[in-house]
Amino acid sequence: MPEDLNWAIGGEAGDGINSTGKIFAQALSRAGRHVFTSKDFASRIRGGYTAYKVRSSVDRVESVVDRLDILIALTQRTVDENMDELHDGSVIIYDGERTMMEDFEAPGEMTGLDVPLKRLAEDAGGAIMRNIVALGAACEVTGFDIEYLDESLEKRFGNKGQAIVDNNREAARLGAEYVREEIDTTTDYDIDTTDNDYVLLNGDEAIGMGALAAGCRFYAGYPITPATDVMEYLKGRIENYGGIVVQAEDELSAINMALGAARAGARSMTATSGPGIDLMTETFGLVATSETPLVICNVMRSGPSTGMPTKQEQGDLNAMLYGGHGEVPRFVVAPTTVAECFHKTVEAFNLAEKYQLPVYLTADLALAVTEQTFEPEEFDMEAVEVDRGKVVDEDSVEEWTNDQGQFKPHAVTDDGVSPRAFPGTTDGAHMSTGLEHDELGRRTEDTDMRVQQVDKRDRKVETAIEREDWSYREFGDPDADTLVVSWGSNEGAMQEAMDFLDEDGIDVRFISVPYIFPRPDLTEEIEAADDVIVVECNATGQFADLIEHDALTRVERINKYDGVRFKADELAEEVEAALGEPDEADAEVEA
Amino acid sequence: MSSEIRFTDFKSDKQPTWCPGCGDFGTMNGMMKALANTGNDPDNTFVVAGIGCSGKIGTYMHSYALHGVHGRALPVGTGVKIANPELEVMVAGGDGDGYSIGAGHFVHAVRRNVDMTYVVMDNRIYGLTKGQFSPTSREDFETSTSPDGTNQQPVNPLALALAAGGTFIAQSFSSDSQRHTEIVQEAIEHDGFGFVNVYSPCVTFNDVDTYDYFRDAIVDVGDEEFDHDRGDYDAAKDLIMDRDKEYQGVIYQDESSVGYEKREGVEAPMTDIPDGAPEDAMDLVREFY
Ligand SMILES: Cc1ncc(C[n+]2csc(CCOP(=O)(O)OP(=O)(O)O)c2C)c(N)n1
Ligand code: SF4
Repeated sequence: MPEDLNWAIGGEAGDGINSTGKIFAQALSRAGRHVFTSKDFASRIRGGYTAYKVRSSVDRVESVVDRLDILIALTQRTVDENMDELHDGSVIIYDGERTMMEDFEAPGEMTGLDVPLKRLAEDAGGAIMRNIVALGAACEVTGFDIEYLDESLEKRFGNKGQAIVDNNREAARLGAEYVREEIDTTTDYDIDTTDNDYVLLNGDEAIGMGALAAGCRFYAGYPITPATDVMEYLKGRIENYGGIVVQAEDELSAINMALGAARAGARSMTATSGPGIDLMTETFGLVATSETPLVICNVMRSGPSTGMPTKQEQGDLNAMLYGGHGEVPRFVVAPTTVAECFHKTVEAFNLAEKYQLPVYLTADLALAVTEQTFEPEEFDMEAVEVDRGKVVDEDSVEEWTNDQGQFKPHAVTDDGVSPRAFPGTTDGAHMSTGLEHDELGRRTEDTDMRVQQVDKRDRKVETAIEREDWSYREFGDPDADTLVVSWGSNEGAMQEAMDFLDEDGIDVRFISVPYIFPRPDLTEEIEAADDVIVVECNATGQFADLIEHDALTRVERINKYDGVRFKADELAEEVEAALGEPDEADAEVEA
Repeated sequence: MSSEIRFTDFKSDKQPTWCPGCGDFGTMNGMMKALANTGNDPDNTFVVAGIGCSGKIGTYMHSYALHGVHGRALPVGTGVKIANPELEVMVAGGDGDGYSIGAGHFVHAVRRNVDMTYVVMDNRIYGLTKGQFSPTSREDFETSTSPDGTNQQPVNPLALALAAGGTFIAQSFSSDSQRHTEIVQEAIEHDGFGFVNVYSPCVTFNDVDTYDYFRDAIVDVGDEEFDHDRGDYDAAKDLIMDRDKEYQGVIYQDESSVGYEKREGVEAPMTDIPDGAPEDAMDLVREFY
């Protein structure tokens, strides 16, 4: 388990919590420390409480834990909200001159640092910088070199002019000085640094970066939490490559624009979340039937309906697998880490074009908004390959025309994949339609042709299952009796939960599956284990259902659907509970 | 190739299944002539069709084409044109397709002003679903779903377009072949969203808005004696709000219009991409330092 530091800033929405948290996270990353962030929006109490949490270590961190070491509390409520995670060694930084905190006393053995945040900020040039004063104070408490903060302040405020940057640097120094000179306290926290250069980004950003690396040129979307970041990332960057972001009037339009662009020969993508997927479902069928390559990114949030828009859930799996009337093939790819969001996005574009079908690329909210540090090399641009599939040009188009010289965009082939002619290709003119069609793309109700076209589309899936590598990621002891399977962002928490389980003498084999359809066949792995547990953030166990269906067996389920991601320690307890009381006899042998 | 192109090159070998006498024949012929007259050929043309009798047009024409889902043709055309501005993009559909289920997209396509041509075959009825009232049906129009009249005001598509900031707003009559062709041609040549509402009578389900009715009612704003200045916004507004007459011609054009894709700086087709990540791709990563 990493020697970690858990830090948070909390206050009211609008207090600049997110940007302050990000500044600190970036400073830690610049100092060569690994960082894993999470954002908290409490649903228990109405109002604007919000927090940004940073877990950091010299070793890699993959999840959050139930512990807070340093808390910057801009409001009393911030302390109340996090009471469960505070411990005797926790340090709480607050402003005793603010009415809401003036009577505050740190509970139990905790250390309360009363720092006049607002007053010192005003000394530095403006009350707005009180969060930065608090950051300076936190640096002092943890022995963290304040110069790292300077770099991220430059990054954050550089475009507002040097004066603003300097004021903020001064604010941080005043915070640190105050703690050093005025408060007689020593803490155990020491933040080690390294020479490593990490990058810090979240899943949405990694998806956007993957799209650019893969040559995506057209993006149409309609804003929705938590998918909007993808659009905001691409806007301002995609143009450098001759591409465009179009903000559509709704999701119906967004997916149809993306479809049009894909038919015109662009690598094209749309991103949305739950309710948007529902609206796109009608056109989804058209995309699949017209065999148009399209990447549809679904950043899942808690449903149904508008549900809990800022909360974690993995509840849309069935919608992506089965959504839509009639039967059409589609792929569903689900990255499990921030870095994988990048790689799987590149793969999604290749799959879409090689097999000419819609690919759902799905990340859950926790994965999408979590910022995490990586070695830059993990985003290996050299390894990116672009495969546009069976595209014909004016020379090869002839192979695919009939006696009358008409191009066959839906030619019935052995591998199920037909040729593709970008508009503008001489002699490639053809029609495509959502109606059932013949090889030329023209409407037909001929019974033979209907069966041939359905089979042809389905055959693409068989071909892809054969040709592509639908593998999984594996952790722990391959011979362990207990097998845990999960998908999406749970990978990080489970990886760390294994350390806790190991301490309790529980050996686990853990498989994290990034492909929902097609997916690896886990029958052998399941048969080799005594206990099989499927972990996911939904109430009904949609992925567990698939596993049971594939392996024709029953599995245990750990489901979490309160809107909060799994924490490593909590997940370890759940796994232990699922395994039941340890066998007395075994316990004796162990002893 | 374009110099030898004839409008029949845009014909597919599928025989239309429209009812004999349907206005859509004339609408389509005019579109094909306008495409040929403006120097296009099937290989650089993309036709997006809606759903309805009108939407079958994609099947009867020969070009790159997509026949999509009901009401969503305009967003598809938008995507096609932006992804490849070298293509001539024409979107066609019915009044139900465009002003009912697709009304939202219509308003936004108008204000987005992508350089494409939108032809609506307005027969003031739902043809393909066999005769229910449409958004342009008259208030007292009796149909299978409005036995006592529709009890709703018809939409005024030209007014919608004007209010949304339309830069080319026109109306034509499918059986006035020459004028219809000319008007569509001008819409094609317009830099921006060229909108043409075409009176395209349904001989099977609409016995009110017939050829005879339109022949009598139509006033051509292109006639010399009419002396209409298409650049005059207020004059256009007056014509559009006058619902007692059926006007034909280019009612309004903003000559300074520039297509959205141009304003967004899209220059080349988005078809050519490198075999791997772009050369400067590591800069994308370094941004996150
Ligand atoms: C989502 C959806 N709803 C309903 C329909 C059925 N439908 C097909 S065409 C049509 C109306 C067509 O009217 P219009 O656009 O005026 O075209 P016309 O047939 O008159 O040319 C309807 C309601 C459909 N295809 N899809
Ligand atoms: S029903 Fe009306 S619109 Fe449809 S083909 Fe017949 S005449 Fe034309």
